[in-house]
Amino acid sequence: MLSSTADKLFWMARYAERAENLARMLDVNYRMSLFPQGPQSVNQGWSALLAISDLMGEYQSRYSAITPENALAFFTFDSSHPSSIMSCWRAVRENARAVRGALTAETWETINSTWLELRTMESTVNTGGDVGDFFEWVKYRSHLVRGVLRSTMLRDEAFHFTWLGTYLERADNTARILDVKYHMLLPRGEGVGGAVDYYQWSALLNSVAAFEIYRKVYRDAITPRRVAELLILREDMPRSLRHSIRQAYLHLQEIRNHQSAETERRMGILDAELRFGRIQDIFGEGLHEYLMAFIEQVYDLGERVSKDFLVSANVA
Amino acid sequence: MALSKPPYDEMHGSDGVRSHYATFDHWLKNTPNEKLQRKRAEADALFHRVGITFAVYGEASGTERLIPFDIVPRIIPTGEWQRLAAGLKQRVRALNAFIKDIYHDQEILKAGKLPADEILNNAQFRPEMLGVTVPNDIYAHISGVDIVRAGEGEFYVLEDNLRVPSGVSYMIEDRKMMMRLFPELFAQYAIAPVEHYPDLLLENLRSVAPTGVSDPVVVVLTPGAYNSAYFEHAFLAQQMGVELVEGSDLFVKDNYVYMRTTRGPKRVDVIYRRVDDDFLDPKAFRPDSQLGVPGLLDAYRAGYVNIANAIGTGVADDKSIYPYVPDMVSFYLGEKPLLNNVPTYVLRRADDLKYTLDHLAELVVKEVHGAGGYGMLIGPAASKAEIEAFRARIVAAPHKYIAQPTLSLSACPTFVEKGIAPRHIDLRPFVLSGREVTLVPGGLTRVALTEGSLVVNSSQGGGTKDTWVLER
Repeated sequence: MLSSTADKLFWMARYAERAENLARMLDVNYRMSLFPQGPQSVNQGWSALLAISDLMGEYQSRYSAITPENALAFFTFDSSHPSSIMSCWRAVRENARAVRGALTAETWETINSTWLELRTMESTVNTGGDVGDFFEWVKYRSHLVRGVLRSTMLRDEAFHFTWLGTYLERADNTARILDVKYHMLLPRGEGVGGAVDYYQWSALLNSVAAFEIYRKVYRDAITPRRVAELLILREDMPRSLRHSIRQAYLHLQEIRNHQSAETERRMGILDAELRFGRIQDIFGEGLHEYLMAFIEQVYDLGERVSKDFLVSANVA
Repeated sequence: MALSKPPYDEMHGSDGVRSHYATFDHWLKNTPNEKLQRKRAEADALFHRVGITFAVYGEASGTERLIPFDIVPRIIPTGEWQRLAAGLKQRVRALNAFIKDIYHDQEILKAGKLPADEILNNAQFRPEMLGVTVPNDIYAHISGVDIVRAGEGEFYVLEDNLRVPSGVSYMIEDRKMMMRLFPELFAQYAIAPVEHYPDLLLENLRSVAPTGVSDPVVVVLTPGAYNSAYFEHAFLAQQMGVELVEGSDLFVKDNYVYMRTTRGPKRVDVIYRRVDDDFLDPKAFRPDSQLGVPGLLDAYRAGYVNIANAIGTGVADDKSIYPYVPDMVSFYLGEKPLLNNVPTYVLRRADDLKYTLDHLAELVVKEVHGAGGYGMLIGPAASKAEIEAFRARIVAAPHKYIAQPTLSLSACPTFVEKGIAPRHIDLRPFVLSGREVTLVPGGLTRVALTEGSLVVNSSQGGGTKDTWVLER
């Protein structure tokens, strides 16, 4: 297929996944801010989110203070920077529109109608609608897009590039969610403290749809180490780093070309490290350090995919 | 043909509803207005969701509008269509013969049938094409010929669009929409299908591949997602199952054209381009073009790739050449033209100029190199001041203009705010030329939604209708 088409599908999928994870992070922050706690810890949550998204500068050029209202406005409908839900979805839709011929009609229409509806939602939210409902809606539309992709698209290159984008983005995003939340919560100690702790950890698990999974897998109290293990090393946990990299690796193998061997080797190593990794070793190294290194590797893989398939595969 | 005469009504004759509209009329009278309104709203919602929209030049970027779709079809009886189709094929064959002649022996100029300077000084004339042989001698592979009706059996060609005519996707989408909204009507009428147009188009494009290519690779070349006709480019590529490419997806090496794919370069044999000549190759034409492919002209001249439509077809659909098309039919085919031109005054001729200046208030004056309803004067609708301003422009450069009587375009009942009322329409059938000349029955009917307006262009408030050619 055309390199430019593959590129647009790859980014269409990444932006859709990013919008969803953004909604997940915002949702958990928003819910946590409703718990009884001092304004300082509320703001700490939003600061951490801005920091992990590398958006503090963008934010501070628009607002003088970090407040839940400002941060929510910034992350949801502010289309003057590329990282809001609105901007992500605009990118999803623009990329999809440019390659609508490579999508099934149902996929395209699902994406297009999501965009059309999203444009009407700003006023709903601003006129007293529950922003939590909006995050639910974003997640729901994301499920819908993935569902229609999975159940209508031919299993060809277009399909594999789409999912490669989805899983690389998810690997990155889950690592970021874990990092920011973990460091916010860790000062409260390894053990389970009072009710607030319990709610905060369950909110984190909920943000990645992992609360019930945690219960099912561990049948025990929520501990930070197990949460990390679940989100990093469990292959059967669909938003974990291991599952995401495993899937990305499988899709990459389906589209290999004459110059993608090195990318495949690097992704294979990462896949093996997650497969044989142990949580105590990760904690030994330092969770934050581990996650930062992981995000760096995922970034490298994304760059390599671009180089191998999407940009310079065809020097004249 | 003066405006004072009421326009020909496609549905109603002097003694009631025309026979081919009788079934529709009965259906319309028995369908509650509430249902019709609901269906119209449904059509709008569907067009938005499917993204059948166009961008308007000059409006804020990202603005997308629907072309209004009207649910009252334009119905053409069998016999009428057969006569039209025969005339269209004949005209397009003559136009192709003309373009070939102009870029080779120029017999028509030697015979003195039209002034040589009209051709050789025409901005649309491409000297680069002189002596270039193209597969099957076909230049205009896709022609969108605009037809208007002034009376019973009285059809005129308004314009031959031989460069990158658009609108065929609306022809198909309008049909799909009508079938979805009102399936019961399709059980009551034998309506000739149009949805196979992309199959015919692909077959046509493959039939003009460079010699020696057994399994030609066809692509659609688009200026990109911000072009006003982008939906159509994507639609046709998808329906034909071929790649939709932009200039940056292609490159030329050793006079062969390749597309950049995830598995390396892949050769391209036929380019259905929706990019104007000027932008096709920055090395040959406009150097600032970001839409083209450097070296494409050389590859084309070498015969390693075919381009549809050919470069330089604009010389045959220019308004200054239009008056001579009926002569082309007799000159090249030795046949009597089956389709009429609108009588046209060529203002470079002294007599025509004098007549025109004396009758400006009755005439339509068109700039010869203009397109799409810009740069024209509609005498009967213009104010005195507008007429005088235009008169000055004509006198300053008469050779830039032609004039025609104001045709009373036929009208078709159309949903408007106040209910159903007649609105003026035209018809753009799409004629395909390759190994054979073919066309699907019908075309795109455009309707001027403003009362009394004769301008059907979508950029100026026109809408579309489904066009039914009856099979019996």
